[in-house]
Parts: sequence; structure tokens; C-alpha cells
Amino acid sequence: MNPDVAYLIRLGDTALVAGQRLAEWCGHGPILEEDIALTNISLDLIGQARMLLDEAGKREGQGRTEDTLAFHRDVFDFYNLQITEQPNGDFGCTIARIFFLSSFQFVQYKALLESEDEFLKAFAAKSLKEVQYHVKHARDWVVRLGDGTEESRTRMQGGIDQMWPFTGEFFGDDDQVEETLSASGVAPLNATLEAEWMNIVDSVLAEATLTKPDSTRHFKGGKSGSHTEHLGFLIAEMQFLPRAYPDATW
Amino acid sequence: MVNTPGEIWTLLRKVNDPEIPVLNVVEMGIVRAVRPLNDGWEVDITPTYSGCPAMDTIEADIKQAFRTAKIPVEVKTVLAPAWTTDWITDEAKQKLESVGIAPPVGSSLDKRTLLGAEVTVRCPLCKSEDTRKVSQFGSTACKALYQCNTCQEPFDYFKCL
Repeated sequence: MNPDVAYLIRLGDTALVAGQRLAEWCGHGPILEEDIALTNISLDLIGQARMLLDEAGKREGQGRTEDTLAFHRDVFDFYNLQITEQPNGDFGCTIARIFFLSSFQFVQYKALLESEDEFLKAFAAKSLKEVQYHVKHARDWVVRLGDGTEESRTRMQGGIDQMWPFTGEFFGDDDQVEETLSASGVAPLNATLEAEWMNIVDSVLAEATLTKPDSTRHFKGGKSGSHTEHLGFLIAEMQFLPRAYPDATW
Repeated sequence: MVNTPGEIWTLLRKVNDPEIPVLNVVEMGIVRAVRPLNDGWEVDITPTYSGCPAMDTIEADIKQAFRTAKIPVEVKTVLAPAWTTDWITDEAKQKLESVGIAPPVGSSLDKRTLLGAEVTVRCPLCKSEDTRKVSQFGSTACKALYQCNTCQEPFDYFKCL
């Protein structure tokens, strides 16, 4: 697979799985406004995934589309970051995940504004605006819950602690794909994005009076198809309809 | 029969945004370009939000308008340059306010808002500037929920993008 196609699929899968997982909150949000907010974020992510996977399929030139990429692959052919497939847990856990992931997408898409690849550049300009709202929304909750009651603080810290080990993968797993694309100015090395991400995290956690975990951030491998046990269940649900009714259309 | 670009734009101005029907797709800045083909016209449209569920409907509505006018059309989706609320015309902003939707304040997203700063949004009904944000996300992807502290009316704010 060409490096640019692999990169598009990694970004697309991360957005797709994050969006699908977040959609599970639909009808279950703690309040109506938050139900709408979580599903709006989900919708943005799935929209981003569609653009990325559609482009990946066209560039690959083997007839795969956004739909076949989403619905006709099994777990080991998905290349999303592992944080996206983790169960929603309680609201604090979900907010921690959105906060860490959208802050990463924010610095990553910002770097892609300088891409030599016209599609990635246009995609980044479009999606960065949406991701800014995701960061802002999650950040507001981290601060409000962290600097809140004893109960809310315990849960928010719990979410941060639980998601933290998955954030090392954002930066520590550059391989031939990123190296090739970085050499040609198409995409950044993810390792170069860590300082800016950490700045955002540090300032928000400080404002929220929460503690940055000192545990190791050891989970990795999503980008090469290694996943936790949770992804299979998510995919089974997401793919049920097109698998059971292959000719179904809207 | 050969149409002029002016006639094509006039035709497009008759297609309303399905989620904000007080505005047409030209005022919204969704139609980016028109160009003649050998037979008919090509129309470029751009999504407001990546996941905007109205895009399919907008494309279908444009095709329907051209079909009714008996002009062949191809609709193409373009991503660059990315849509921004800066493209909503002043006249359209007034229309938004007149139907109870507060128009976007200032130009596209101020980076300072990322870490907490808020803009002042005027109540579209009583025009008070004493309002508060209820939720960053509202009834559609492009709106936030606000409430007026003066007249107590809840309203939609078309957020800057």
C-alpha cells in the first residue's frame, strides 16, 4: 500500500471509530444539551472519516470506496489509534478521551495545513475548524468537573488516569509511512507534535486542579492493526447491516 | 437555448437551505462556482461541516431546480477553500436575525476562544447583549444554544466557523 493511502486510512479509521464509539451516547447523554453535543462531535468525526476513506479508495485505485473500507474490513485491517476504540465508560471517561484525542487532532491537522498534498491541506483546513470546537467543549467539561464537587473530581481524574496510557501512541509510533511522507513534506512526524499537545494538556489539567498521571503510556500498535479486545465488538455492530443485507440501500 | 451565468445564479438563488430555509444556497456561501459544459452547467458546492447531513439534500434540490428549468447539470463537491461563516452575506445575516437565529459574531473562529474566551451574542428578539451560552452544540451542526438573560428567550446562535 502506498504511504499516502496508508496515512489517509489511519486518519480515517481514527475518525471513524471515534465517531462510532461516541454515537453510542445517542439517547443516553446526561442532559439533552450534552446528548446533542456528543452526537454533533460524532457526526463531525464521521464526516471527516468519509472524506479521508473516500480519498484513500480513489488513490488506491482498486475499487474500494468509503463504504467498503468502513464495512468490509475486519479488525486487523483497521488502523485507528487504540484510544478511539475504548469503551465510553462514565461521562468523565468519555470527556477525557475526547479531550486527549481532539487536542491531538488539533495539533496534527494544524501541521497538515502546511502539507504539500492538496487534498490533505484542504481536509485539514476544513476539519481543524470543527476540531477546535471539540477541544473547547471537552476542555470546558474537564475544568468544570475537575474543579467541581468531590464526586465529579474523582470521576474526571479517573477518566484522565484511564485514558492516559493510550496517549503515548499518538507520538511514539512513527514508522515508514510517516517517515516517507515527512521527507516529502506531505505529513508531519507525529513525534514533533508532542510538545504542543502536552502544553494544552498541562494548562487545562492545571486549571482543572487535576493531576497529570505519571503512569507509562504503553499502549501502541493500532496503526499497524494491533487492537484491544473492544474493537471487534464495535465493528460487529457497525457492520451488521451491510453484512447481513449486502444489497441494502437508502 | 443557451443560458448566461447570471441566469444560472438566479436559478440557484431559488434553492433554499433545507435546514435554514430563510436563506438560499448562494447566500449561505455553499455554491462556489458555476461553469458551462458542452451540454448544460457544472455547479461546485462545498460542505459547511464535514458531516453536514443536509449536503445530499442540497445536491438533490439543486438538481431538481435545474431539471424543472430543463437545464442539464452536474454538481461537484469541493473541499478547498474551506467554507467559513465569513461568506454569509450581511443581508443574509439580517435575515437570520429576523427569524430568531443570532448571526455569527465577527469573523471566523478566533483562536483565543479555544481555551475559554467567549464572544458577546445579541438576543435576536429583544436585542439585549446580556445572554449566556447554554450549549456549544445545538439543533444542527452549525448552531449553538443560547438564552437571553433579559427576556429569557432561548435561541440558536449560528456559530463562527
